[in-house]
Amino acid sequence: MALLRVKNLKKSFDGSPVLSGIDLELERGQVLAVIGSSGSGKTTFLRCLNFLETPDEGEISVNGRRLSVGGSASDIRKNRLHFGLVFQNFNLFPQYTALENVTLAPKLLGMGSRRELLERGRTLLDRVGLSEKAGFYPYQLSGGQQQRVAIARALALRPEILCFDEPTSALDPELTEEVLRVIRALKNRDNTMIVVTHEMEFAKSVADVVVYMSDGVIEEAGTPEEVFDHPKSEKTRAFLRKA
Amino acid sequence: MDQFVSITLELMRGFGETLKLFGLTLVISIPLGLVVCFGSMSGFAPLRTLTRSFVWVIRGTPLMLQLVVVFYGPGLIFGLPSIDRFKAALAAFAVNYACYFSEIYRGGIESIPNGQYEAGQVLGMTRRQIFFRVILLQMFKRILPPMGNEIITLVKDTALARTISVYELMWSGQAYIKSDGLIWPMFYTGAFYLLWSGLLTVLFRTLERKLNYFRG
Repeated sequence: MALLRVKNLKKSFDGSPVLSGIDLELERGQVLAVIGSSGSGKTTFLRCLNFLETPDEGEISVNGRRLSVGGSASDIRKNRLHFGLVFQNFNLFPQYTALENVTLAPKLLGMGSRRELLERGRTLLDRVGLSEKAGFYPYQLSGGQQQRVAIARALALRPEILCFDEPTSALDPELTEEVLRVIRALKNRDNTMIVVTHEMEFAKSVADVVVYMSDGVIEEAGTPEEVFDHPKSEKTRAFLRKA
Repeated sequence: MDQFVSITLELMRGFGETLKLFGLTLVISIPLGLVVCFGSMSGFAPLRTLTRSFVWVIRGTPLMLQLVVVFYGPGLIFGLPSIDRFKAALAAFAVNYACYFSEIYRGGIESIPNGQYEAGQVLGMTRRQIFFRVILLQMFKRILPPMGNEIITLVKDTALARTISVYELMWSGQAYIKSDGLIWPMFYTGAFYLLWSGLLTVLFRTLERKLNYFRG
């Protein structure tokens, strides 16, 4: 059974459609790369999955359980916990250290004793290669380091599906690689991930499934070889030539 | 010399009343301002309109007039027995400053990037948790300079309380003009105001420095 199933997801803003019916399935442990030009609806799709936007129509099911789309605030909060989201601009909490950023949400959700949470926070920072920066505040870290803390923070809630919204777009080229390396390592630990990205080489090498979005629909989906090397759609070909 | 000491003591008595009005006004208006702020940012349109109109009236009329209305209004309009002068002054000051503070708070809250709220949301936090754990301290850091400004203004605004005959520092100094024909005690009150606002300036600078451990 698919871990994530999205059916006919639709969303429009002020009457103009941004998502015009997205259908998608993702197996546990798979990595999905979403590519497409700006304005194609990639980010809105991720935001709908994380319930930062309320879809107008459609279904989102995780583990065969359909998530209520227009539920109460506490329903929405529960829905969100299936997913984690790493933002383009990191959005770390500036008044907390790297470690505190990672442990804050698990603490508020009562996910363990103080000691357990600190230990797990340190483990996660270690996993993203930042154990030495635990006591640093975000402004003391480089963009790449901040993004790695943000990844550790998202992992702290053990989401079933970890989403990345253009995780390297706000980074200088020389900082991109360290973040991509961390995401690659997560794949090896069997994390299920959805990565919206402009890094074609990365998408090609890390994804199990690639989806090309255009004008709010999935124009083409398949393995990286299918989409990158033998695209069927003319739109996909045109996009890949430019990218 | 004796006269200087006795006048100093009398001014200190007036200064005590000024400080009482100042302190109690802050104790009430700082949290009350947050309530007003939430009202003016409410998603419920009637409450928002009502709150914003109220803030407009309070900010749009002289504090001196508000003092008079609070003190004389209930008696003149509803025939109610007169209230304690100090309490009337405190009520007028607290409401007036709460309205000014609410706008500073609103500016502070709105200056926090949306990404901070969204980061809290995707981490499963409640609205309350996001506000108190994520937003509040960042907002506090940002509003410190304008709050310092307002609070130093309040030090001197307390002198308006004498409009409804509340005894305070300015009154204690001015009284010597009538009773002894002395004008210098009134100038002398300036030293007290300066001392207090100087202390506040130092306090605010220290607070700002303390919050420099993070940026944002």
